[in-house]
Amino acid sequence: MPANATAAPANRTARHPHFADPKGVLTGVHFLDGDHACCEGTLAAGARFAAGYPITPSTEVVERFASRIPTVGGIFIQMEDELAASIAIQGAVWGGAKAFTVTSGPGFSLMMEHIGYAAMTETPCVFVNVQRGGPSTGLPTLPAQADMMQAKWGSHGDYGIIALCPNSPQECFDLTIQAFNLAEEFRVPVMVMLDECVGHMTEKVVIPQADAIHVTPRRYTNQPPAEFRLFEPRADQVPEMVRAGEGYRFHVTGLTHDERGYPNMNVSTQDRTVRRLVDKLAPLANDRAICDTAHLEDADVVVVSYGITSRVAQRAIDQARQQGIRAGKFRIISAWPFPEARVIELASRVKAFVVPELNLGQMVHEVERAARGPARVIPVTHAGGTVHDPSIILKAIVEAAQ
Amino acid sequence: MNHVTLETPVEIPADAHNPVEPFLRMDRMPHIWCPGCGIGTTVNCFTRALLDSKANLDKVAVVSGIGCTGRVAGYARLDSFHTTHGRAIPFATGLKLANPELQVVVYSGDGDLFAIGGNHFIHAARRNMDLKVICVNNLTYAMTGGQTAPTTPGKVISATNPYGVFEPAFNLVQLAEAAGASYVARWTTYHVKQLARSMEEVLKKKGFCFIEVISPCPTLYQRRNKMGDGLDAMKYYKQASKLRNGAPTGECGLTASGEIAVGKFVDRDRPDYFELLRGQMTETLGDHFAEPEVMCKVCCDAD
Repeated sequence: MPANATAAPANRTARHPHFADPKGVLTGVHFLDGDHACCEGTLAAGARFAAGYPITPSTEVVERFASRIPTVGGIFIQMEDELAASIAIQGAVWGGAKAFTVTSGPGFSLMMEHIGYAAMTETPCVFVNVQRGGPSTGLPTLPAQADMMQAKWGSHGDYGIIALCPNSPQECFDLTIQAFNLAEEFRVPVMVMLDECVGHMTEKVVIPQADAIHVTPRRYTNQPPAEFRLFEPRADQVPEMVRAGEGYRFHVTGLTHDERGYPNMNVSTQDRTVRRLVDKLAPLANDRAICDTAHLEDADVVVVSYGITSRVAQRAIDQARQQGIRAGKFRIISAWPFPEARVIELASRVKAFVVPELNLGQMVHEVERAARGPARVIPVTHAGGTVHDPSIILKAIVEAAQ
Repeated sequence: MNHVTLETPVEIPADAHNPVEPFLRMDRMPHIWCPGCGIGTTVNCFTRALLDSKANLDKVAVVSGIGCTGRVAGYARLDSFHTTHGRAIPFATGLKLANPELQVVVYSGDGDLFAIGGNHFIHAARRNMDLKVICVNNLTYAMTGGQTAPTTPGKVISATNPYGVFEPAFNLVQLAEAAGASYVARWTTYHVKQLARSMEEVLKKKGFCFIEVISPCPTLYQRRNKMGDGLDAMKYYKQASKLRNGAPTGECGLTASGEIAVGKFVDRDRPDYFELLRGQMTETLGDHFAEPEVMCKVCCDAD
């Protein structure tokens, strides 16, 4: 990893903060479900374009957007399928919009090619996936967390994406804004990985004043068209952008391309391009990883979880502590890039990791990879359809502590 | 970002070898198209149409899918997007909705627009999205080696129908009309003047416009069917084309060697997507309706 990849982000907004456009911000204290809170997050983040296709249990996000946007000033378009929705948002982005789409299970599968296109063309955009049970049509109305590997690896080829995992309606709001901000900072597609439970649970959601919501503007170039090169990386490996209609006469292609954006299909360009697409996200695997932790100082056993499972795991952690077991909490919020630096550090001083998730073992492979042996890694799998029984997680913690 | 607007019409540099040079990325020449291929001819007509229509080239974007014609975006010196296979139209839809000032031209092939992308075509036509769709129809999948397309006429030999195509082909102009297109025309690459004029016409027309251009593929379609070279295709187009302006599109289907009905079949005024949206929202929301400003304000202000 190049030295500059871990440096503080060359994000202009860090020096010149920008705030939300008040038109989209529903300031106040609300009682919202996760899907609706996510929608409010998109509006606060500045999204004025959404394209979607109906699918349970995610449709409420765009239903609310369709209801809200005509008075805010923007467009929701219901496309003919998820393939169309996932590329229409990218057209809108190159037209100058902040844009997103929303889906679940089968729809997420259909969007995979365009996640790769967004990664390759460095198009900042947001994909919300409210996870349901799979494979195939599976359990349309019931929860799972079984798309985690798909979010990272689902499109062909090597590339990098960011994935965030909220565990409450409040976080659906907050992390959706963060997803848009990270998309702009790194010029990548960002996945907001809800699950059916988080999407449909209703809780208090506090929406601040617009001037308290930080929004990252697109990194538009100041260079004149004659000098500007659309894929020439800055110091943080992220290139600056332009939008259509400004005289830059730029070219965007999903083919392997050079710094000008022209197809250049040779081994050295491929190597340079693909490595950069992955390496530019390195800070998120390290010092900028987003995690929620507790009791790690003295922990023997660390429970690694995310999304709805983290709330079930909390009960097991509390019960273990009551029994005198030194259990700690490591809640993954930024799941991709995997926050490996933190796990590597923990692995050197804890006995075991317990990893409950609503799948047959996905993020647990990442924990195993990062732990590299010194600490045991114990999966607590679940095929989905409901959440874990906390006692199963507790049992795993008790066994791990021995 | 610098807001640069070139004066139009474009000045032809004195040292240009060809008047279309200002419209092309000359640093990308030579192009990949085969001798006798018609795609370059259509690009020539397109540049002529841009010139004659006095379009502000900074506000014209070209969106292509994948395939031989998909490469047009890479050669046009405009804001240009080479998207994924079949998805040029939905990408163009997002681009147009984000910035309605843009003249968005979708330039792609028959396989891209009507097989893998067929669903998007009919829905964009149904919405009367303000897109200008130019389909270079070479009757085959050329980039991948001459496989059967939904436009390949019956009986001909293709890489995937080595014993002859037996599936019926789409009649693209009929499909476009039925789906709701505001403008439907067909020409061949022999009809360069008419094609350029048609392209100029759609650049000035609102709504979903469709031009089909029958174009030779000597390398993968004609050779396999002993139909000669590019010049033979021109002779066939000249001899077999019949001008049928306003003809019922249902009577304009193509065969391997029969008549080619050319002309403008449909030119009608329907409210486009934006008019429909505004109309409905104003009717239900009245003064509460806010004109769509899709471009990110924060990004523009920070610019």
